[in-house]
Amino acid sequence: MSGLDVSHVSFSYGARRALDDVSFAVAPGRFCALLGPNGAGKSTLFSLLTRLIVTRVGSIRVAGFDISQTPRAALARTGVVFQLPTLDLDLTVQRNLRYFAGLHGMSGRPATIAITKALDRLGMAERSGEQVRALNGGHRRRMEIARALIHGPDVLLLDEPTVGLDAAARRAITGHVHDLADAGMAVLWATHLVDEIRPTDQVVVLHRGRVLSDGRADALAETGTLADRFIAMTAEDDR
Amino acid sequence: MNPWLTALDVIVTREALRFLQQRERFLAALVRPLVWLVVFAAGFRAALGLSIIPPYQTYITYEVYIVPGLCAMILLFNGMQSSLSLVYDQEMGSMRVLLTSPLPRWWLLFCKLLAGVAVSILQVAAFLAIAAAIGIVMRPLGYILVLPALVVSGLMLGALGLLISSTIRQLENFAGVMNFVIFPMFFLSSALYPLWKMAESSRLLHDICAINPFTHAVELIRFALYGQMNVTALLWVCASFALFMAGAVWGYDPARTMLRRKPT
Repeated sequence: MSGLDVSHVSFSYGARRALDDVSFAVAPGRFCALLGPNGAGKSTLFSLLTRLIVTRVGSIRVAGFDISQTPRAALARTGVVFQLPTLDLDLTVQRNLRYFAGLHGMSGRPATIAITKALDRLGMAERSGEQVRALNGGHRRRMEIARALIHGPDVLLLDEPTVGLDAAARRAITGHVHDLADAGMAVLWATHLVDEIRPTDQVVVLHRGRVLSDGRADALAETGTLADRFIAMTAEDDR
Repeated sequence: MNPWLTALDVIVTREALRFLQQRERFLAALVRPLVWLVVFAAGFRAALGLSIIPPYQTYITYEVYIVPGLCAMILLFNGMQSSLSLVYDQEMGSMRVLLTSPLPRWWLLFCKLLAGVAVSILQVAAFLAIAAAIGIVMRPLGYILVLPALVVSGLMLGALGLLISSTIRQLENFAGVMNFVIFPMFFLSSALYPLWKMAESSRLLHDICAINPFTHAVELIRFALYGQMNVTALLWVCASFALFMAGAVWGYDPARTMLRRKPT
């Protein structure tokens, strides 16, 4: 399938197993929340999805490309927003984005058009000439999302992108990314905050490196709230 | 433009912009060799007698002797500074942006190296200009021929820094690099004294100096500044570069990478 397909992936740091037989898929046009408490293995999974580390157990396919067999094709179709800020604060928004576009082989007019389009999409066009240091946390995050869109990826990965943001900025960013999914992108959004998830979103619950549940948020919540169900599931697994 | 060259272009441009914005770094990088040239050399001029050795054709003053070593010193410190910035980049996450580019990892690392060398050469040029202003002038051709020598030596020392950065997990550990890499490399070389002088004191130290790749970088630069090619030094520097670069690419291999630790 296109979109993202994670199949039977396991990974260990020495003797400690961080991921254990993880499988799930995110179809194009879906917003999938990877929900898990701190230490669940979300960041390890993101490192595998972006090929910062590799595993021999299981397979990961991005837009149909196996990341271990055709890593460059898979990475070319992946947009990533890392948990840690990765912007050069002393350079302008435009310069930062041009750097990223260049890393994806884009230059000149095509790069300018792609940058303008990505900034427009996130409502950041008027900030293009500003130094990143002058932007607030919410705008920096929006800019990182805009950057991840420049090369037109099929799959967008976001690792806890709202960490450290206020409620208004969180809501705006969550809304923007849902719009991207509605426009046809496969989105994987790692979080431990259930209020960022909409009832129709796909939710993969990850705990202690294992997938506890994979389905729609409203189906998972059943008659209660998603928060209560999530706490109950992880507590049950802890026993 | 070819995607590979585009990546090279933006990586070098980014490094140059960062460098231009950090004027303190530029000044600090210049002050170090100038202190050696003006203060240290003045003190040692009387103590160190120099015989006529290639590439020199006449007696030279000590200041003239140490200029190539100080050029190499700039490359050495910059190579290590680049590795420091890589450790910082790893901690801050911007290294992840570079490594998730859909280009071969070895090429991305090589671009990063070249960017560092470009910045180093700007500093060497400024240093040589000041040296010329205080009377230490090379032949005009030397200033041109030294360029390839600086590039090759800078790549070799940068690759060493890259290799070190792939093994260092935290910024705090970088002080160890100063003590265990930079100082031994610099002092156990022909940067400050010719090897025959070292041989008079200790055969063992002389032999260590003779296999130190930094010695060969210094000699490559020294000969190039006088319009000559030191083939042995060039081979040593190229072989060291190949070795360090292979180690760095291995160190940054995602199958055993520096990021193979618990993500934060």
